[in-house]
Amino acid sequence: MTITEKILARESGASLVSPGDNIWVNAGILLTHDVCGPGTIGIFQREFGKDAKVFDPEKIVILPDHYIFTADEKAHRNVDILRAFVKEQGLPYFYDPGTERYCGVCHVALPELGHVRPGETIFGTDSHTCTHGALGAFSTGIGNTDAGFIMGTGKLLVKVPPTLRFVLDGEMPAYLSAKDLILHIIGDIGVDGATYCAMEFTGTAIEALSIEERCTICNMAVEAGAKNGIIAPDAQTLAYVKARTAKPFEPLYSDPGAQVQAEYRYDVATLEPVVARPHLPDNKALARACRDVKVDQVYIGSCTGGKLEDFVMAARIMKGRKVAVRTLLVPATRVVEQGLVDTTIDGQSLRQIFEAAGVEPIAPPSCAACLGGPIDTFGRTHGKEVVVSTTNRNFIGRMGSKESQIYLASPYTAAASALTGHITDPRDIA
Amino acid sequence: MPKDTLICGPVYVLEDNIDTDLLIPACYLNLVPTIPEEYRKLGSYALAGLPDSFPKFASNPDGTTPFPIVIGGRNFGCGSSREHAPIALGAAGAKAVVAESYARIFFRNSVATGEIFPLESQTRLCEAFKTGDEAEIDMTSNTLTRLADGAVFPLKPIGAVAPVIAAGGMFAYAREIGMIKK
Repeated sequence: MTITEKILARESGASLVSPGDNIWVNAGILLTHDVCGPGTIGIFQREFGKDAKVFDPEKIVILPDHYIFTADEKAHRNVDILRAFVKEQGLPYFYDPGTERYCGVCHVALPELGHVRPGETIFGTDSHTCTHGALGAFSTGIGNTDAGFIMGTGKLLVKVPPTLRFVLDGEMPAYLSAKDLILHIIGDIGVDGATYCAMEFTGTAIEALSIEERCTICNMAVEAGAKNGIIAPDAQTLAYVKARTAKPFEPLYSDPGAQVQAEYRYDVATLEPVVARPHLPDNKALARACRDVKVDQVYIGSCTGGKLEDFVMAARIMKGRKVAVRTLLVPATRVVEQGLVDTTIDGQSLRQIFEAAGVEPIAPPSCAACLGGPIDTFGRTHGKEVVVSTTNRNFIGRMGSKESQIYLASPYTAAASALTGHITDPRDIA
Repeated sequence: MPKDTLICGPVYVLEDNIDTDLLIPACYLNLVPTIPEEYRKLGSYALAGLPDSFPKFASNPDGTTPFPIVIGGRNFGCGSSREHAPIALGAAGAKAVVAESYARIFFRNSVATGEIFPLESQTRLCEAFKTGDEAEIDMTSNTLTRLADGAVFPLKPIGAVAPVIAAGGMFAYAREIGMIKK
């Protein structure tokens, strides 16, 4: 069996499962946030009764992150719904935006907090829940109804996905990042190329990636339609997890010779920086082939491209230079925000590098303009802006305005484009 | 879940890769679907993310849609896990989507909520229909008929989720099989 099948088998009490089997799977973690949490709670209370108790308070994590820094009254009301429920149920893992516990973007915070453990299952009311497969968990996005069901029962009916294996070998060229790798893959297989499947990433290039970069890859598995993305845990994974949780866990690994539906091979040494042009993540083009595209705004943030290493990449490009266009930085979490101060390049903190480069005042952590959001959301587009963004989706209207054009790119490419004012291959100015 | 086996009325025709931001833009995700007034409001914003060149979907004065059937191409509902997407269609009064294929979470959410039937066509229909054409879905014979000329388009059998759909959604199914208390 593959790692995905083995996790699902163990969590369903079966010794063997096969792709296509419909099985009841135990939830290790149920993750929700301010946009889907209130609806999930509504379903839980409607179906299990007003006095019902959640299946296990230790297994529910609530990380509000979407609509935090807004005057929108309903957004505030929604966080209040979460607060009331957390109090009533006695839930220990609520990271309240009104307090010191607030973290920011749930998919960056969840592993930071030690809630992601290899071999476990994670269900989250957000499609980018697939991020957490980067640490060897089975992790997938679900809707409010399924989440309400899990809240009451601790289980979900899951169809075992067939696995697509992506073998990435070779040495990473300078100024190529995990974002380029996943944009290459999505561009090759298409936005529905992995529909209903598990995307398993392996090979020496994957092993050489940091945990954060692995998260970037698994994060975008859903942009190819996948149910989950997954990377086998290794020594680096175990060290990362053990530094953040004392809870025991038991990693699982694909059997040698496990059956997969298809295998794709890449030599990353041959790959170049790419962008995804409007309006689909599979609309791949080489960054250097898009030099003619004039840029109005650069956005660095989100669960895909707002981690500390994303900002390190951007800072390496921006150091000692000035941005030519409006450049918006949104660290994903409080930990990342602090990292901008604590991390230095040649004695300068990342924050100092960015400020000297002339970026807009750095925003507090949240999902911000990645998905548009309420009208007063930081960085939201309102007109025909052309945006180069380290986020995950470039659908029509995704960042607010239906008329704006979003190019998805790596932090290197986004930063290089910020300096020149047009889409720029980072190797051209590095 | 509507139990009708016949769904009849004008169709609203879309194309490939209709994403969840088109189905319900993120600025409306502050609405909570389990609050009845906000459920209805979500319906009035169904497909509000489409470019302005498309006719308004929820165009009835009361915020519902005159189109009970939505026709799409490949990968319908791609993107977010927001259950607001099938809910917006259902709250607007749509009964079924007929598409060549679906994004996984949208399909699942449609079945789990019972808001709309996510039906699969055996052939591409985006060019065979135009918005406003009268059509009829017969879920017994798995067909979609264009009423103007009687042309019949076969649908795929609903498959493994049929028991969940027949029960009326995830909770009804789980109660039926004894997974949770009635």
